[in-house]
This record gives sequence, structure tokens and C-alpha cells, in this order.
Amino acid sequence: MTGYQTYQDFIQQNEDRDGIRFSWNVWPSSRLEATRLVVPLGSLFTPLKERPDLPPVQYDPVLCNRPTCRAILNPLCQVDYRAKLWVCNFCFQRNQFPPQYAAISEHHQPAELIPQFSTIEYTISRATCLPPIFLFVVDTCVDDEELTALKESLQMSLSLLPPNALIGLITFGKMVQVHELGCEGISKSYVFRGTKDLTAKQIQDMLGIGKFHQQQQPTNPQPPAPGQPVPAANKFLQPVHKCDMSLTDLLGELQRDPWPVSQGKRPLRSTGVAMSIAVGLLECTYPNAGARIMLFVGGACTQGPGMVVGDELKNTIRSHHDIDKDNCKHMKKAIKHYDGLANRAASNGHIIDIYSCALDQTGLHEMKSCTHLTGGHVVMGDSFNSSLFKQTFQRVFAKDSKGEFQMAFNGVLEVKTSRELKVSGAIGSCISMNTKSASVSDTELGIGGTCQWKFCGINPNTTVGIFFEVINQHNAPIPQGGRGCVQLIMQYQHSSGQKRVRVTTVARNWADATTNLHHIAAGFDQEAAAVLMARIACFRAESDDGADVLRWLDRMLIKLCQKFGEYSKDDPNSFRFAENFSLYPQFMFHLRRSQFLQVFNNSPDETSYYRDLLMREDLTQSLIMVQPILYAYSFNGPPEPVLLDTNSIQPDRILLMDTFFHIVIFHGETIAQWRKAGYQNSPEHENFRQLLQAPVNDAQEILQTRFPMPRYIDCDQGGSQARFLLSKVNPSITHNNMYGWGQTSYQTESGAPVLTDDVSLQVFMDHLKKLAVSSSA
Amino acid sequence: MHEENKMNPQYVGPPQQFTPQQMPDQSSSYVPASSPNVYNGLNNQPGAIPEYGMPLTGKPLPYQNYGVSSTYSQNGLMPQGQQQPSHSGTLIPKPIAMTVPEPQFPYQGPAPLVSDQVTRQVGELSIGPSNLQRPPSSVAASQGMVSSQRQGIGGPQPSFAVGPPPPRQITPGPSHRFPATLASQHTLSGSSFPASYSYSAQYGQPPRSYAPPNPVAPVAPPQLSSTQYSPLVGAGQPVGPGVSSSSSMLVQPQSTQYHPIPGSGPSLVPGVPPSSGAPPQYPPFSGAGQPLGSSVSSLHPQQGPYHGALHPVASQPLTSISTLPPSSQVNGPVSGAPLTSGVPSIQSRYPYTQASQQQPAAIQSQYPPAAPGMPQNRMGAPVAPQQPRRLDPDQMPSPIQVVDDDRKQRSGTFYTNTKGQVPPLVTTDFLVHDEGNCSPRFVRSTIYSVPTTSEMLKQAAVPFAITISAFAKLKDGEHSPPVSDSGETGPVRCIRCKAYMCPFMQFIDGGRRFQCVFCKGTSEVPPEYFSHLDHMGQRTDKFQRPELCLGSYEYLTTKDYCKNGVLPKPPAFIFMIDVSYNSIRNGMVKLLCENMKEVLAFLPKEVGAPASVVKVGFVTYSNVVHFYNVKGNLAQPQMLVVPDVQEMFVPLLDGFLVSAEEAESVIDSLMEQIPQMFMATRETETILGPVIQAGLEALKAADCAGKIFIFHTTLPIADAPGKLKNRDDRKLLGTDKEKTILAPQSTFYNNLGQECVTAGCCVDLFLFPNSYIDISTIGQVCRLSGGQVHKYTYFQADVDGRRFLEDLKHSLQKTVAFDAIMRVRTSTGIRPTDFYGHYYMSNTTDVELAAVDEDKSISVEIKYDDKLTEEDGAYIQVAVLFTSCGGQRRLRVHNLALETCNQMAVLYRNCELDTIMNYFSKLGLRMIIEQTPRQMKDYFINRSAQILASYRKHCASPSSAGQLILPECMKLLPLYINCLTKSDALSGGPDMSTDDRSFAMLAVATMDIACSTGYLYPRLLPLHDVDPDSTEFPKAVRCSVEKIKDNGVYLLENGVHMFLWIGMAVNPDWLQNVFGVQTAARVDIDKTSLLELNTPLSLRIRDIVETVREERQKCMRLTIVRQGDKLELVFRQYLVEDRGSDGSASYVDFLCHLHKEIRSLLS
Repeated sequence: MTGYQTYQDFIQQNEDRDGIRFSWNVWPSSRLEATRLVVPLGSLFTPLKERPDLPPVQYDPVLCNRPTCRAILNPLCQVDYRAKLWVCNFCFQRNQFPPQYAAISEHHQPAELIPQFSTIEYTISRATCLPPIFLFVVDTCVDDEELTALKESLQMSLSLLPPNALIGLITFGKMVQVHELGCEGISKSYVFRGTKDLTAKQIQDMLGIGKFHQQQQPTNPQPPAPGQPVPAANKFLQPVHKCDMSLTDLLGELQRDPWPVSQGKRPLRSTGVAMSIAVGLLECTYPNAGARIMLFVGGACTQGPGMVVGDELKNTIRSHHDIDKDNCKHMKKAIKHYDGLANRAASNGHIIDIYSCALDQTGLHEMKSCTHLTGGHVVMGDSFNSSLFKQTFQRVFAKDSKGEFQMAFNGVLEVKTSRELKVSGAIGSCISMNTKSASVSDTELGIGGTCQWKFCGINPNTTVGIFFEVINQHNAPIPQGGRGCVQLIMQYQHSSGQKRVRVTTVARNWADATTNLHHIAAGFDQEAAAVLMARIACFRAESDDGADVLRWLDRMLIKLCQKFGEYSKDDPNSFRFAENFSLYPQFMFHLRRSQFLQVFNNSPDETSYYRDLLMREDLTQSLIMVQPILYAYSFNGPPEPVLLDTNSIQPDRILLMDTFFHIVIFHGETIAQWRKAGYQNSPEHENFRQLLQAPVNDAQEILQTRFPMPRYIDCDQGGSQARFLLSKVNPSITHNNMYGWGQTSYQTESGAPVLTDDVSLQVFMDHLKKLAVSSSA
Repeated sequence: MHEENKMNPQYVGPPQQFTPQQMPDQSSSYVPASSPNVYNGLNNQPGAIPEYGMPLTGKPLPYQNYGVSSTYSQNGLMPQGQQQPSHSGTLIPKPIAMTVPEPQFPYQGPAPLVSDQVTRQVGELSIGPSNLQRPPSSVAASQGMVSSQRQGIGGPQPSFAVGPPPPRQITPGPSHRFPATLASQHTLSGSSFPASYSYSAQYGQPPRSYAPPNPVAPVAPPQLSSTQYSPLVGAGQPVGPGVSSSSSMLVQPQSTQYHPIPGSGPSLVPGVPPSSGAPPQYPPFSGAGQPLGSSVSSLHPQQGPYHGALHPVASQPLTSISTLPPSSQVNGPVSGAPLTSGVPSIQSRYPYTQASQQQPAAIQSQYPPAAPGMPQNRMGAPVAPQQPRRLDPDQMPSPIQVVDDDRKQRSGTFYTNTKGQVPPLVTTDFLVHDEGNCSPRFVRSTIYSVPTTSEMLKQAAVPFAITISAFAKLKDGEHSPPVSDSGETGPVRCIRCKAYMCPFMQFIDGGRRFQCVFCKGTSEVPPEYFSHLDHMGQRTDKFQRPELCLGSYEYLTTKDYCKNGVLPKPPAFIFMIDVSYNSIRNGMVKLLCENMKEVLAFLPKEVGAPASVVKVGFVTYSNVVHFYNVKGNLAQPQMLVVPDVQEMFVPLLDGFLVSAEEAESVIDSLMEQIPQMFMATRETETILGPVIQAGLEALKAADCAGKIFIFHTTLPIADAPGKLKNRDDRKLLGTDKEKTILAPQSTFYNNLGQECVTAGCCVDLFLFPNSYIDISTIGQVCRLSGGQVHKYTYFQADVDGRRFLEDLKHSLQKTVAFDAIMRVRTSTGIRPTDFYGHYYMSNTTDVELAAVDEDKSISVEIKYDDKLTEEDGAYIQVAVLFTSCGGQRRLRVHNLALETCNQMAVLYRNCELDTIMNYFSKLGLRMIIEQTPRQMKDYFINRSAQILASYRKHCASPSSAGQLILPECMKLLPLYINCLTKSDALSGGPDMSTDDRSFAMLAVATMDIACSTGYLYPRLLPLHDVDPDSTEFPKAVRCSVEKIKDNGVYLLENGVHMFLWIGMAVNPDWLQNVFGVQTAARVDIDKTSLLELNTPLSLRIRDIVETVREERQKCMRLTIVRQGDKLELVFRQYLVEDRGSDGSASYVDFLCHLHKEIRSLLS
């Protein structure tokens, strides 16, 4: 480890190898000191980070014998090759190698002992191998055009599924229909009233799937694990290869919900019951098997459990304002309903995806736990007929270089820590499995109180924030050179049906903060810290008042500045930050302004959507969300990243902004005029054409890789769509100060003003410095 | 009826004294009666009538009036009718005097009755045998009288004539009097048949005669046990018992004997010579009159006897009566004794009667002619038929005779232009010409002359009710009510009572206003409706507007008359098929699906419409409900399963209800799929409540009215709303606790039924149970929604399939009105109070009917809340607002004008017994639910006794108490009451299943009059002597085992069941021709259809069976019964004149009992 040139490299390499980044890379050795670091000790962990270089390991991991430990053999373990023993680095238990390791020697080591394989993946071959299950839950209360587009997408998706995958279809409108697949001569479906909540037992009875009288067994003749109900392939879930024809026809015949919608009403849409049935159906047929419930909604649930808004158009759907005023009568009940469903689905390892395409809100706010707890995708678009939806949906079934789905199912992440450390919680798309162990801290941060979390749906990008607590007491110093270890064990169902276990074992040095604070400070990862703080802030914002969260963030920032800045008391100008802290305040500045914490101008659905994605994306993407990146294209040189600032807006520039959710191509005033004049079409202005094309190409590249696909916006300076950019840039020039600074007008190099009362970064920093150095703070 | 009237009067006067004589007379008269022709002839002869009239006048003025004046005229008018009784306006029911000779023994017993009577009876008894003879003698005497006077009646009348004074009473002959002489009733009871026997016996073998009476008596006691019969029996006829056993045996012989007697009758007639037509009869009478000859004649007399007997009875002392009774009925013999003496007297009386007033009545009554002349055409006509004469042997009033007479006299066209006109019997084939009153097919009243005060009606105890079949099927040649557009403002109505414009409304003020005939309020005539009046005060456009000249008409209504103010959509039919294990196994599902296409071809269509606009939908279910989307443009049907049966709903809107034509291919493919899909089902638990809810919801969702057909097999025990438990306990049937199993076990289906009505959803249940299915509970939904229950127990597709399909087709095809509301408006002073039938009422006036069809009737009891005036008459308007099968909102209005009267005699003359019985049967159903069977039976016995006693008291008071005198119109009342109290529906005991009982109860509740008549008194057709070459329908015989011959084959049917009874000694040729076997023993009795042999006889027999079937609403199962088989017991239950296996009274017993009751009332 010492071989790294800089922490930057160290962090980078660690991330590449283990998919993990800690906010602090040197850990304070005492509890007290740890709490004084302001930014908690935490990590961003990407359990299934794509590692094409990992060796295929086809055997089971070797476990520590101590029943309370069960850690997995890893490169950090001490090994006695002669005695064929290894010492668990978590509990120090001495373990005999299993017989098959008899040939082990210093020169003949299994992969898991090789340091470069601090992350390794085992394929458990003896486990049952179930194909993935896809259950479409389709809203039919949409326009014919929308429905047609949706049907096409669904039909297309059939070809993307592995032939042995099981598939099911539920449609809903006023009623909920569970379609029986693979019947000939007549199409059958079971219909449920959209207003009545049913228990799993009732659903099971009504669908006739409680009794396992189906003759036909799924592809695995092997008896299932004891204690699990027989996963009877039932009439509602059939292998794709058996029913793709009939299902294609069935989808083709899907009609818009026929129930009349009178003037001034919304269609009656039973999303809540449909979800309930979908969850119930899978729950009793395939518990603990990888399954995806894919919900396609074109509007808000208007009846029954999970109702978001009444069917009277005169009652508008709730806004943040209503929520603040506690003026939304359906919300709490709906949230409770969906929470219940999400928990049931999650505890059975089933994923719920929500593909919401509507101009108005569809109730993502209420349904957020469905995707959040199960790791399902959430996609928000305007129309099923948009490329945003179509391509995003297609990308759900994207495959990796080996031709396997990039989705994994039913994962369980377990965290083991060495004695000085405990895990206090996780923030991400997961639910607690309520597993107690010695590694579980008493203090909770995020979803705590457990050392295991379930990740029903997980893909290579999925990243979880895991927080630790140092529990070593100040009076029990850790010997010099001691290292704290963390082992992260991810068991999951690969899309091929295999059960796999990926183990990551990492260690960091301890340092005494009282004496070696600079060591610790040097190990600060401001990016990871910013993202972790963002997650904590969002997590808090779900339950706390928005203003409180902002105040907390501010306080934390000021404290951090006070703790790690160099300054003279009460002299703001003397304030200096180390390089690895320097960007942190800026991240915080943008975080405060971001849609994650500012709900103004966002619907509750959007807020939920944004927060949900922040909770699951990896560090880079998360940072983009917090602080969008901006590139400038001009005749003056190659494209360059520029400051996210009004100053960057220039008439002769094209700007490309990536906020993760939006890709904005912004043409400066001059460029826009040229483009309008059609210069790009004339051969003599080929270079102009190329200039116009360059950001488009780059945007395309981003569009093609990102999930969910961002909204693509092409706008001109002064146009209405330009607001997407203007709302993000640092308002260094506003109507308040544009003349005050002595600049003549925005036609100068100084960029364009933004009409906002928000403070600029400059003001923010000034204020921060003042507070940080204040002796009274 | 007229006859009765006349009879009554006559009886009234003379009876007492004449009795003995009368008896014979009556007997004689009966005899003639039996041969209607004779009567007719007699009637025709005006001379006879007048004579009667004359003498009668003295006492029975009212009668006279009828008899005399009108009669003549009528006679003239109605050559055939000859209904003597037909008194012009007021028809005096022809009383039928039935002397019930108490069995000879009874006499001894009878003593308790009236000492006088008893003594007389005794005397008679002793004479008994001789009595028989006497009657004849009396007859002879009377014949002389009568012959001259009464033509048709001649026979009997003569007898009356003999005892002139009594004759009058006798004349009422129509009223059957039973000589009280016998133990009165006993005798009667025994007598009725026995009497005849006795006669025969006397003639042939005295013992027999005794025996018969005895048998009856003995029988009675056990059966009647509690009832009076028993006492009678005991008292009356010790002998009886012995006889009883032999009774049946005896009966036959007797009957046979009787027959001969009838033969003799004619002989008598000849003797009668005096009377022109009658002569032949008289002779016999005369012969009869002679002691010996009488024996024979007496038999005849018996038939005639009723009249004669009555007369005598009335006219003279009981003794005489007793003699008469025998003649009239069984007792005849008894009376016989008195006869001898009486005869002469009677004869004398007859003349008297005739001379006085009675003549017409008594004589004519029976012999319709005399009275008929009267305006009473209607009355007269019916009267004639009533004359039981026709039945040869049996002296008791015979429905067959009555029907036959009415048929003969009143066939043809019936014009409804006269207020209070009694229509022909339902059994008569007549055409109705609407001239201001609605056709009797739509509305029939129990009485056509309504008493002006409630007291009078109360005294008479005759029910005032109407039976409405608002959509009754019309005969070919009759015009259905014309439909006219009511315009934008809707039909013209009285502003006060909202009655609709009808022919009875009086226009006043130059046509600018009209006065409502119902409430007397005056309303402005809307300007657009104005028309000038002609010199008669009639609107000039009277014949341009149906509502001004017709009794029945329809309007197309405006939106104001529609639910929610929106014009209705075409109705829909939903077929809901149980596909659980049982229905698959019994083949119902397959059969139905295979035939669905054919069935759908029978969807009802609007008159003149090219195709039906009724939509159809399909549902299958077991413990979940499957809906089908059969939209025409689908490639294949879609099945939508609704597993949530707790809260039923309709899963689809579009494509569930489709046009059968447009979606033909999809429906076809669905019908292929259904049997396959459920072929292997193991589901045995079914639901029903949610299924009905499903249909209901579907109709609601489609916003249309309609009908749901549910094909269901088992008790719904699956866990769902409407779940039922098996609570069957047939042992309770017939006991006071039977209510517990005949009442619904939960209110679920009642509530559901109400919901159905609100939504205009009619539920028809087709049940295929193999075990208890609790019809009393699930049938409620049909009851309330105006639906019907069909039941096919132990259904097997190959055996019962055709029957089921026929019923289904009929259900589809028949005229039906949906989502109807019926309102009955009446003249001020009376008002409809109680309603009976399948309907629902949420208030006290509007009868809500999810659907009502041509087979359903609703009876409405009308009560007084004030007086009526004699001048105005009583008016009834039945308005039914409905949605037609073509989706039109229409209003059908039926108007009926009834006469008012303040004389009992008039009231009794204008009764409609079939309607009364129809009403009684429905009343009985209600009572059975609220009270005990015994109370119900007692009620009917008491009520009928009261009716008859009242008649006796008010219209035939002079007659002796010992005589049983029946009004002509109601001479079958005792028989029918007896049939009613022993019918399946009201007194089914543990020998039938609970479901059968409930089923019968439901069926009776909606029966129209034709059905209830057939149901109460089944039709028994001898088939063994059918002439293959003739197309004539076999003549029915009385429902008595006496009529069944070993070598015969009989078809018995009551509209619900049909039996083919095969005697063991039947002609092998016959069997060969029809069954293809040589002996009865080899006939396959498991078959439900006849072999299709290509022999003329087979063709003919099958044709008869088919004809019978077609006449009925249901396709009856043909059960083949071989003599001596177990099934014969069942068959015998329907021989309603016999004693029931459960101990219910035979006709004779009952009559005796009733007579006793009446006597006790009178005293």
C-alpha cells in the first residue's frame, strides 16, 4: 500500500479493485476522535462492480469455524502453510484448512489468498439454479397511442429475455387482470376488483396457486431446499419459450381499459391492488427466487389501496406544498400500503421496477419504497412513446461482454468488521435483514441494527453507503501498524441462475487522531465524503424537515472547516484548506441547491425519483448529480470542462451540461443565431457544423451508457428550455449584482445573468470562512 | 251460472217439502244434465223455460227476473247457451244442489245432525235402496213437468216437476244439493260415489250400495280423523269401513253401473216424452221414478241429481232431499227412499218451481238454456258447462262436465263490450274481441258483480281478487294491444289519481274536460288531445284512438317514464353455467353448449323486427366466476376469472354483452371450449350468491335490464356470500314445523332479489340437483325478481335433455317485459291490498317486476275502504310500465269494468270459480308460510263452507237444511277446495322431497288461471281407445281410480307432471303399435319419451302427448307408470277425487264434510 504515489492513486486503485471508497482512509483509533471527524467514517461500496478480470472460482469459500464469525478466508489472513492453518483476521480463530486445501503452500496458493484478489467471486455450483422471473404489470388506462408504444416495447422485450426465463402478465385499469399464459383456444385471465386489498393468502386461494397441484414442474427437477414451498411453475408464470407467441398475441390484443371515464374524472386505476397481487403472486409461488415485477404506469392510482389521488380532476395531485401543510389525505395510507408491499417483496427477494410515463405525477412519491427497498429501477418519463422510455427499457435487459444480464437478483450483503470497528448502518437500495452480530453497532446511521442487508435487485452500478463506528476506546490504543479490517460478503443470484458469493476484504491503518490528525486528514476522500454526506442528507430529508437538513449540512460543513482548516481566529481571509478538502465546500454548496434538498419547482414524484437514484448510483454518477459537469465547445479550442457558473455562458460557446438526469446542450446566443440562420448547412461553414455536432456526439455517448436514460435537451440561450442549465449554474451573476460589479453588461466575457435570489458560491464561501474562523461558533 | 241462479230460487222455495220428490227430480235432472245435449235441447225450447220462470217468479223474484224475462230473450239469443240461469245482468250462480245422501248407515249415525233430517234420512236410508228408485219415480213425475218446461233440464226438471214445489228449489238445480237427509254429509260423502254405488247396488245388489257409502265413510274417518268427516263416518257409516276397503273396487263397478245408468237416463228421457227434447231422458227418469227402475235411473239421476237433488232437498224435507242427494250424488239412493213418496211431490213441485220462478233457475240452470236466454249469455254459458250431467256415473259435480259444457256453449268469439260480463272458462277455446274491456286472458276477476258494500262481500265470503297476466299469450286471431305513441307530453292521465285515459272516462264540458271514472276527479283535456263530442257525448275520434275504445292498449312513453330519465337500452340475457363436477358429469354443460346456438335463435324480438336486439353474455362458474369476452372482432374468446367471490363485480364492460348474431363465431368457439376446459374439473363446491350478483352487476354495468339464466347443480356450500347449509329434513313436511324448512334459511337471497328488482334483473334458475339444493332459499331471488325456477332432478342429458332445452327455449322465446312497474287502480271505494305472485314491492302500490312474461300471473286482492254505488259499477285499471324486448319503454294498460250489485244472488251468479281457486291457491301459499298446514286447511274448509252457507242462506233459504245446495258457478268449489288442500304445493308431505315441495310452491305462486286449473284438477286422458285415424282429442275422464281400467292406458298431466299409466291388461296390439312390445310388463318404463314407431297409432299417441305438452308452459317429463309398479303410488296421488295415500279426503268425503260444516253454519 505504501507503494502508492498519492492518496489519489491509492483511492483510485482501491476503487478499481474492490469497488469501495472510504470517506477516511486512515482511521482514528478511538471512538471519541472518530466522532470528532465531523464526516462519519463510511464507505461507498459497489458490490457487483464489473470486474472482467476476476478469476472464475468454482468452489465454495472457506469459512472461519467460529460460529459467531464465519468470516471468509482472505488475503489478509495469516496462514501457516506447514500446519495448514489459517488465522481469521476478524476473530483470530485458528482454522484448519479443509481437506481439499491439503496441497497448499507458499507457492501454491488458492486465489483467495493472493493479495490482488482482495475481491473474489465464488460460484456456488450446488445451489439450485432458477431462471429469472419477469412479471409485467401493465397499466391500461392510457391513451391508445401510449398503449401501443408500450405494447411494442413489451413485445420487443420478450426477445431479449432468456428462453427459460419465466414470464407473467398482469394488466390493470379499473380492474386487475392476471393473465393465464399458455392456454389455447381461449385466453384466460383472473380478474380482481381494483378497490379491495387482498392478503397474500386470499390472492393465493383465488388464483388457485396455494395448492401445489400443478403437474408441471419447472426446469429444475431437483427438489427445492427444504422449508421452501415447491416453486411450482404455475399457469401465470411460464417459460418464455413456451408462451412467447401467445403472449405476443395477448399483448397485441390488449385494449385500453374500457370503463368509461366521465368528464372531469380521471380513469380509475388500480395500481395499488395490481402491485399487491403481483407481489402476492410471486410471494407464494417463488419466494426467495430472483424475480422482477415490472410496473408500467401511465398515471396515478385513483382507487383502492394505494390510491394517490381521487378520480375527480378537480382534486389535483398533492404537491410538496400540500405535503408540508399535511393536506393530502391519501398519501399516508398509500405510502403505508406500498411500504408494506415493498417489504414483502424485498423479504422474498423480489424486485419491483417502476416505469412511470405520464405528464403528471404518477405517485412515485408514495411508491418510492417499492423501488428503493427492492433495488428496482425507477424510470420517469413523459410518454411510453418517448425514446427515453423505450431505450431505457431496452437497457434494462442489457448484457455484458459475456452475454449475461447485468442484473443480479436476491443479493445479501453481509459486513464483518474487526473488533475495533462496528457497522452502524447502510444507506442504499436495500432492506435490513435484522441480523445481529458482533459487528453491529448500537448507534444507527441509515438502515442499521444489522450486519446483513438484502439487495433484491442489484446491478454493477449499485452502490451502497456503509457507515462504521470506531468503538475502540481512547484508553486502549491500538499498536502501531495495526489495521482495521472490513469484509463485505455479497451473496446473490446471478442472472444465469447461479448462486454466487463475492467477497471483498479491505483494511485501513489506524492512527491516533490526537497525535496524528494530519495523517488522518490526508486520508480524507472528499468525493466519497461528499456523496456519503449527500446520502445522509437525503436519508434525513425523507423524514425530517428540509430546512433542518440544510442547517445540519451547514453545521457539519462549518465544523469540518473548523476542524481541518488552517486559519487564524476571526480572520476569514486567513482560511486555508488542504487540497483534499478544497472541493468539499463546493460540493456542499451545490448539494444545498440541488433538487435533492430543494423541493421548490419539483413535484414530490420528481424529488423521490432523484433521491432514489442518488441512493444507488456509484460515486462518479452521484457526484455528477450533486454537481453537474459542464463542457464548453467553441472555435477557440478543443472542448474543455468549464466552471458550473454563469460565467461559463458565452454567446459564442456551446455548453454541454450533464446533470445525470438531464443532458443539456446549450447554444450561446451567437451560435444560436447562426444555427437559426442555417450556416451549418452551407459547405463553407463545415466547421460550424462540426462544432454543432461535437456536443451532440458526446451527449450521445453519455446517453448510450447511462441508465436510466437522461432527458436530452437541446436549447438556445434565452430559450425557455435554457432554464435547465440556468438553474444549475452557480449564480455568480444575477440581476442583483450584474451591474454592481462594475461590469457593463452580460455581453462582456463575464457570462449571462441568472434571475435568482440564491447566493452565489462566492458569497457562500465568504460566509463559510467567516463562520469557520469565528471564535464564537 | 244462470242456471244456478234459477236453481237457487227454485230451490229456495220448494226444496223443503219436495225434498224427497225433488230428490228424484234432481236425480233425474242430473241425469239429463249429464247429457248436455238434452239440456240444450230443452233449453232451446223456450216454452219450458217460461214455465219455470212463471212458477218461480213467485218466490225468487230476482231469479225470475233473470230466468224469465231475460232468459227468454237470451234463449232466443243463445240457442246453445241455453243457460237458464243467465239472468240478464246478474247471473245467479246456478246453485247445484247436491243431496248428499248419507250412507245408509250414516243415517243411523246422522241422527246427530238434525233429528228430523236424521229421521228422514233414516227413513230414506232404510229406503235407501228404494230411494234410488224413488228418485226415478220422482224424476218421472218431474220429468213430466220438466219435460214440458225445461227442455234440456227436462230430465232433471221433470223430477222437479213432479214435486212441483220443491222443484223450484230444485230448479236451482244447478246448485247441487245434497239431501241432508242422510247423515247428511256422511251419506253424501259416502254417497257421492257410494251413493251411486248404492244405487247400483240397490238395483243390482243392495249390498254394494251400502258398501260404497261405507267405504267412503270409513275411509273418511281415518283420513279426516280430526275433521268432521271422521265423525260422520263413524256416525254415518259403520259399514263404511268395510266398504271402504272395497271402495275403490266398488267404485269402479259402480261407476260402470252408473254408466249403464246414464244409458238408462236416456231411456228415461224418452219416458219423459212430455218434454220435447227431454223425452228420452224423462223416460228413464220416470223409470227411475219408479222404484225399481229408479235404481237405474237413480244413477243417472245422480248426475242430474245435483240439480234434482238440490231441488228436492231444498224444496222438501230432508228426506226428500236425501233422496235427491243420492240422485245428485252418491247418496242418491238414500234419498231414493223418500223419492218414492217424494217423487210425485217433486214433480208437482217442479212445475211449481217452474211456474214460479225457479223453473228457470233450477231447471234452466242446469240446462243452461232456460236461463241462458237471459242476458247472461256469459253466465248462461258457463252454467251449462257446469252441468255435470255429462259425467255419466258420478253424480257429483264434475269438472269435466263443466268444462265440456262451457266449451260447447261459449266457444266462439267473446266480445268485451259489456260491463261485468263473466268470460268463458279458461279451458274453453274462444276468441276475444276487445270492445272496451280487456281480454280475460289479461285480467280475470273472481267476481264480476261486485257487492256495493264490504259487509255483503264479507257475508258471502267470496274473495274479490283479480288475476293479472298482463302479457298473456293471445290466441291466433286475437290482436295484441296496439302500441301508440303518447307524444311528447306522455299519455293523458287523470290529474288526481293519475289513471290513464281509458274508454270509461267521461268527457264533459264539450270535450274540454273529462271525469275520471276511478276517482271522479275532473281533468282538463290537453289542447292537443281535444276532440269534439258527438251527440252521444262520445268523442268523435273515439275509434281513432285505442285508449278510447279498447280495453287493452300500449303507449310508447317519454323519458319521464324511464329510469333516471334516460331511454332504456335493449335488454340483455346472461347465461350463467355451473361447470362444477356434477354439471359436467350429468352432461348438462355439454348439452347446453352444444345447443346454445340453436337456443340463441329463440331470442325474443319485437313484433315485426327482423332480428332480436337482445344482447347475450356468458358466464361459467364453480367456486369462482368466469366471464367471457365474446366480442365479435376477437380471434378467440377471452375468459376472465373473478376469484374474489366475496365482493362480486364485473370484470369487463365491452365484449361481455354482445349481439348473438355479430359475435356468432366467437360464441361458437366459446361453446366448443367450455366443455373441454372444464372436462377434468374436480371442483364440487359451488357458489350461487356471487353468481347472481355477477349477473346483476353485469346488467348494472351495461345499464340495461335483462334476465339471467342460471344453470346450477348443487347446494352452494363454497365459502362465499349466499353460502347455504344443508338443513333438509323432509320429515317436517306436512307438520306444523314445516315452515322451518320451507322458509329461507337466510335473508341473503331475499336481499339479493330486491337488488335485482331495482336493477331490472330477472333471475331464472335452472336446477339440476342430485340432492337437496334448498329451493326455498335460493328460489327467493326468483320470486322477488319475477323469475322462475326450473328443476330437473337427477338430470341426465340423454333422458332429460330435450325437456330442458324446450323449457329453455320457451323461456327465451316467450313474450317478456323487463324492468316493469305495475300499478292497479280501482274505483274509489275499493282498493287493491294484497298481491300474490313473483314480484317485489317497496311501497304499497307499485308492484316492481324485474321481468314479467306471458306465463306469469299476479293475483291482487281487492278490499273495500268505502261503499260502491250500484249505478257506477267498479272499474279496474292495470297499468304496466315496462321495457320491451326491443328496448322500448312502454306502458300497457288493461281496463276492466265490473258490475256492482247489492243482491247476493247476483253476486253468486257472476263468480268465476277458476279465478277464485287461483286466488285461493296463492292465498294458501302465503298461509302455509305463516301458519300451519292444518290452519290453512281449516281455513279453506271454513271459507268454502261459509261461501256455500251464505249462498244457501241468502239465495236458497227455503231449501231444507239437509240439502247441499251449490251455486251453479261454484258447484265445483268443494272439489277444487279439496284438490287444493291436498295439492303438492300446499300439503306435500314427507313422501316428497323438500325441494319438490318448495318447487311446487314457487310454481303455484305464478300460475295463471289455466295452469292452476289444470294443476288442481289434472287431466286424465284415456289413450287406449284412441282412434288413430281421427284427430279428435280423447275425452278426459274424472281423476278417480274408478275410471281407470285394467285394460286401459291413460295420460295424466297437471302442467307439472305427466304420467302415462299402462294397465296390465291392455290390448297387446295397442302396445305393439305404440311401444313395440307385446305385454305391459315389457314396456321400458325408464323412457321419458315414446318410441317413434311408424304406426298410425304411435303417431297419433305421440301427437296427443305433444299437443298436451304444448298446451302447458313447461315441457313435462313423461313418466311411464305400469299398473302395479311402485310409481303407481305417485300416479295415484294425482287422482284427486280419490282419497289420498296420506289420508286426505276423497271428493265424496270432503263433500260430506263440507255439507256438515255448512249445516253447522246455517244452524
